[in-house]
Amino acid sequence: MSQLALVIDLNVCVGCHACVTSCKEWNTSGTAGYMADMNPFSKDPTGTFFNRVQTFEVGEFPNAETVHFPKSCLHCEDPPCVPVCPTGASYKREQDGIVLVDYDKCIGCKYCSWACPYGVRELDEHQKVMKKCTLCVDRIYDESLPENERKPACVMACPTSARLFGDVNDPDSEAAIAIRERGGYQLMPEWGTRPANHYLPRRKTRITIHDDELVRVDNPLKKERQLPMPDSDEPTLDDITSW
Amino acid sequence: MSRPIHDPLSKELDEGSRIEVKNTTCYMCACRCGIRVTLRDGEVRYIQGNPDHPLNKGVICAKGSSGIMKQYSPARLTKPLLRKPGSERGDNEFEEISWDKAFDLVSERLAEIRATDPKKFALFTGRDQMQALTGLFARQFGTPNYAAHGGFCSVNMAAGMIYTIGGSFWEFGGPDLDRARLFVMIGTAEDHHSNPLKMALSKFKRQGGKFISINPVRSGYSAIADEWIPIKPGTDGALFLALTNEIIKQGLYDREFLVNYSNSAELVNMDPDSSEYGMFVRFEVPPEEGCFDPQNKLWWDRELNKPISTHTPGADPYFLGEFKLDDGTPVKPAFQLLVDRVREYTAEWASSITGIPEATIKRLAHEMAITARDEKIELPIPWTDTWGNEHESVTGNPVAFHAMRGLAAHSNGFQTIRALSILMSILGTIDRPGGFRHKAPFPRPIPPCAKTPNDPRAVQPDTPLDGMPLGWPADPDDLFVNDDGSPVRIDKAFSWEYPLSVHGLMHNAITNAWRGDPYKIDTLLIFMANMAWNSSMNTSEVRKMLNDRDEDGAYKIPFLIVADAFQSEMTAYADLVLPDTTYLERHDCMSMLDRPISEYDGPVDSVRIPVVPPKGDCKPFQEVLIELGSRLKLPAFSNADGSRKFRDYPDFVTNYETTPGSGIGFLAGWRGKGGEKFMKGEPNPKQWEMYEKNNCVFHYELPKSYQYMRNWNQGYLEWSKRHSLTRYVEPINIHIYSEVLQKFRLAAQGKSDGKQPPEHLRKRIETHFDPLPFYSQPLEAEASDLHKYPLNAITQRPMAMYHSWDSQNAWLRQIHTYNFLYVNSKTARNAGIEDGAWMWVESMHGKVRCLCRYSETVEPGTVWTWNAIGKASGAWGLDGDANESEQGFLLNHIISEELPPGADGEHLSNSDPITGQAGWYDVHVRIYPAGDDEPKMSSPQFGTLHPLPGQSQEKKRGRWLTYFAGRKKS
Repeated sequence: MSQLALVIDLNVCVGCHACVTSCKEWNTSGTAGYMADMNPFSKDPTGTFFNRVQTFEVGEFPNAETVHFPKSCLHCEDPPCVPVCPTGASYKREQDGIVLVDYDKCIGCKYCSWACPYGVRELDEHQKVMKKCTLCVDRIYDESLPENERKPACVMACPTSARLFGDVNDPDSEAAIAIRERGGYQLMPEWGTRPANHYLPRRKTRITIHDDELVRVDNPLKKERQLPMPDSDEPTLDDITSW
Repeated sequence: MSRPIHDPLSKELDEGSRIEVKNTTCYMCACRCGIRVTLRDGEVRYIQGNPDHPLNKGVICAKGSSGIMKQYSPARLTKPLLRKPGSERGDNEFEEISWDKAFDLVSERLAEIRATDPKKFALFTGRDQMQALTGLFARQFGTPNYAAHGGFCSVNMAAGMIYTIGGSFWEFGGPDLDRARLFVMIGTAEDHHSNPLKMALSKFKRQGGKFISINPVRSGYSAIADEWIPIKPGTDGALFLALTNEIIKQGLYDREFLVNYSNSAELVNMDPDSSEYGMFVRFEVPPEEGCFDPQNKLWWDRELNKPISTHTPGADPYFLGEFKLDDGTPVKPAFQLLVDRVREYTAEWASSITGIPEATIKRLAHEMAITARDEKIELPIPWTDTWGNEHESVTGNPVAFHAMRGLAAHSNGFQTIRALSILMSILGTIDRPGGFRHKAPFPRPIPPCAKTPNDPRAVQPDTPLDGMPLGWPADPDDLFVNDDGSPVRIDKAFSWEYPLSVHGLMHNAITNAWRGDPYKIDTLLIFMANMAWNSSMNTSEVRKMLNDRDEDGAYKIPFLIVADAFQSEMTAYADLVLPDTTYLERHDCMSMLDRPISEYDGPVDSVRIPVVPPKGDCKPFQEVLIELGSRLKLPAFSNADGSRKFRDYPDFVTNYETTPGSGIGFLAGWRGKGGEKFMKGEPNPKQWEMYEKNNCVFHYELPKSYQYMRNWNQGYLEWSKRHSLTRYVEPINIHIYSEVLQKFRLAAQGKSDGKQPPEHLRKRIETHFDPLPFYSQPLEAEASDLHKYPLNAITQRPMAMYHSWDSQNAWLRQIHTYNFLYVNSKTARNAGIEDGAWMWVESMHGKVRCLCRYSETVEPGTVWTWNAIGKASGAWGLDGDANESEQGFLLNHIISEELPPGADGEHLSNSDPITGQAGWYDVHVRIYPAGDDEPKMSSPQFGTLHPLPGQSQEKKRGRWLTYFAGRKKS
C-alpha cells in the first residue's frame, strides 16, 4: 500500500525555517486555510503552523551540537489520532496514507492532539478546528501544476534539499532508498504508531592524516635549501666519537 | 449556502478568480533570488523560488516565503509626512502632505545648498542595492558626502581581499563547494549569499567533503559542521598567521602557484635609508599611469644567481634568502619577508590568544595543506596566461574558505582578512576549481581604478563632483583631504584617519555632523537605514544627537529626510518622511555597476518588475531621485535646455549611459537596438520586456577556458576589456606583500614626497599600514579594562531574518519574538545568573538589562545575542507592549561609535584604522544578575511610538490575522 511521507535529512538541515513559512504561505490561502494568527502585531503572537523547527543543544561545551529539528505530522501508518476522533473528522486516506482532518466534521474536542505522541496537531483558535500537515494534498495531485512542482511547498522551498518526499513503501522511491541506505529512523517507534515520516541522522566526515604525508621528496623548502636542519653549532656525533 | 470549510482537493478556491503569475526578484534580504509570485484577485497568494533562476534554482527561504506579510504589514507608510510645527524630533508627530509639496520643499532646499556649498547635503543609504543610482545622484549633485552601509557592515572583507587577491567573498566571489573537499567557514553565522550557500553546503556534505566551522558560537550553518572549533572573537588573525607559519614550516605551500601568480618571489628593497625602502625594485621606471601592476619587477634567478625580470621564460626564482643588487642595495624576496613575519606566530603562541589547542591548530594546517596538495583537481580545459604560456588544463587545490562579519567587524579586521587571503593564496586556491572563485566584474586591478577626487576643489557650487564619491586609493596622493591634511568628507572617509575607507563611514556621519567636526551640514537624507536604532552604534546617544539643538535653538542637524517603506524608530526623528514601496511594487535592477548577482561562470544581473501596485501614495525611492534630479537640473537627469530627460526610472534604466554613447548602462543584458548585444551596446527600448520574458535575469556563461585563473587568464582579460568590464589586459598578481600599504607607511615615516599625515596620526598609520599582516588586539580592547570587563559580546542575525529587519512581519516575528543573551552555562553560573533570569550586561559605555539563556554552544569568554530583534516600543507597527520591546533588547546601546577620546580630545571612530570598518564585535563586557526588585523588563526603554497618519487604518486589524488571498475569504 502506498504511503506518502517526508524523509528529513538532519545532516544538512541548517534550521532556516524556509519549510515553516513556505508551508504557512501555501496553506493559508489553500484548501486547508486559512491559518490564523493571534496577536499578530502585539504581545505574545501565536499562530497555526503545520510545520515547526525546534532547535536545541546536545552535549557540553566544547563537545556540543546544535540540532535543528523540523517537525510536522508524521502520517503514521497506525495513527493514534484517528480512532479517538468522536466524529470521524480525523481520517487516514487509503490511497496514499495521508492523515487528514475534515474540518466540517471536527468539533475541536482536541482528543486527537492528546492522542498524538508527537504534538504536531494544532487547534486553530480562530476557527476552532484541528489542523495539521496535509502533505500539500492540494498540490501533489494538481495536474495544472508542472509535474516537478507537484510536491509539498516545504519540499520545494528547502534550500538544502533536506526534505525528501515520496512513497516510503515503494522500495525504489528516493525516500525509501534514503531510509534504507542512510540510516533513516522513526520517532519513538516504541509507541507502535509506525510513523511514515523518517529522519536521517547527522554524519561526520573526518580527514585522516598520516605522519608520512607531511614528507614529500618535492618539498619546496628543499629547493630553497631550507629543509629543517640543526644549526651548525649544535653538537653532532661527529664531534664526540673517535672511531 | 456556505461551502464546506475544508475539501482537501477542492478546485473551487481558484475557480472564477483572477489568477496571475509574475516573475520578479526577491528583496526580503540582499541575496536577491528569483521569485515567482502567484496573485489571486490581485492579492499575493504564493511566492515561490523561480526554478529557472540561476541563483536559487527554485528554492526560497523563510524570509522570501513571508514576503506576503511584508506586503500587508501595518507598519507600511503610505503618505509623505511632515513633522508637525512645534513638535520635537522623536515625538513622532506628523501631518500628511502631498508629494508635490514634499518635492517643492526638498528641491528648493537642495537647490539652495547646491548653489552655495554642495557638501552640506549628505546622502547615506542603508541596506539598499541601488548604489549605482544613489551614488550617481550624489555625484551629480556635487556632494562628496555619500555612502551606503558597507562601512558598518563588512568593508574589511571587501577591502582586505580586494587589496590582496583582486576580489572578495559574496557578490564578487566565493567558495567553489562543487569541487572542494575541505570547507572552512570562519566568522560566518548564517548570512551572505544565503540560499546559494545553503544549497552548496548541502551538496558539499552529501559529496563527502569535510566542513569545519571556526566561530565563537555554534549556530546556523555551524550546526551541520563536521567539526566546530570555538575561537575567541577578534583573534582570527592570530590563527591565520599561525596556520601560515605551520604550512610554510612544513613546506606545504603551493610554490608553483605563488611563483607565477603572486608577488612572493619579487625582490623588495631592504635599504632602510632609501626612499624606496620596502618597495619592490624595478628594472626600469616607466611612468606608471595605469591602475595595474607593471611587469617591471625582479626575481633572483637561481641558475644565473642574479636578478632577472619576473616571468622570464625558464627563470627559476629564489623564494627565500637575502641578496645584493649590483649597486649594493640589499633585497629580499617578498616570501622571505612573509617567513620572517610569521616566524614568531607559532601554533603555541596562537593557542594562548585564540583559545584553540596548539595540536588543533597544527592539525588544521596539515588538513588544509595536505588536502590542497594531494587531492589536486585537473580539468581538461586549455587556457593561456598573460605571459603567453599555454596550459593544457586548469588545476585546482580543493580547499575552500568563506568568511564574513565575524572577521570584518573588528578594528583589526583588515589585517586579519589580509592574513586569510594570504593563507588562501599559499594553499594555491585563488580562482581555481575547489577553491575561491571570482564573479564578474571581478577580478579587478589591485586596487580597482575608481578614485575619489583627491582635492577639496573638486567640490564646487552647481557642479557635479569631480570624481567618484567612493573609490579605491592606491597611494597617499589619492586621499580626499584638504591641503592641511584634514578630511573633506563629513564621515572623514579617505582621510588619514581611515585612508582605505572604500565604503565610507556611515556609522560616524551623524555624530560628526552633530559635533560639526569637520564641519556642519544642512540636510541629511537617510534611505532605508535605521540610524535611530539597530544601524547605529551608541544608539541612545545618537537619538539625542538627532534631536539636539545649538545655542540659537536650531537643530544641530538642521533638516533630516528619511525615506523608507515602514514606520520605524528612525522615521520618528525625521522632519520629512518619504514613503517608499516594497520590492513587489517597483522596478529595480541588480546592476553590474553596483553589486550584481553574478555566478562563478559569468556575469548575471537582474531586475524587479512590479507585481502589485504601490500601496497608498508610496513611491519608489528611485522615482524620488529621478524627480529630484530633474527638478535640480542635474546634468545626468536633464537635457541641455534644462528640461527633464527621463520620464521615470524604467525610462532612465533603458536610456541612461555612463557617458553619452558609452554603451554602458544599468543593465548588461539585451543591449543594442534590437537586444542583440550584452554588457555594452546602445540602449534598447525593449530591454525591460526582454528581461521580463527571461525570468527577470540576464546570465552570460563564459566559455569554459575563461572561467578560471581570471587574474592571469589572457582570454578572459581580453574578453573583459572588450566588454568594458576592465580597462587593462594585465595580470592581477596576488599581493602577498602590499606595496600599497607600504606607501602609506613611508608617508607616515616622512620618507615619501607626496601627501603627509598630520603629526598626531603618523604613528597610527606607521603601525597599521604594515605591508605584511600582523596580529594586534582590537583598538577597543586596548582601551578597555579587561579585568573589569573580561567577556566579549557579539551579535548575529538569525537565518529567518537575515538582512531583513522584519519584526513587523507577522509570521517571522513568531519565530523570533524576543532575544536572550546567550551565555556559556559555566560562565553564567559563576556570575550567579540563572537560566531564563533577568541580568545586566555592561560595557564601559553603558548597560542593558536582558534575559539570560544558558548555552553549551558558545565559548566561555563570549556572550552573544540575535541583533535587531529588540525594537523600541510601538515601532514597526507593533503594539506598545509587544515582546520585542518589553523582553527584546538591542546590544548597540553598549557599543560606542567612537574610541575613548585621546589626550588632546581627539575623536576617532571605533573602527579599523585602515578601512573605517565599524568595530561592532570589539566591545568588552561584564555580566551580573538583575535584582529581584527590578522591573521584569529589558532596559533601556523608550516612550511608545504611536502610529503615523496613513498607517493607522491598517493597524487595527484586531486580535486576529486570517490571511487568505483573494475574494473568497472564509
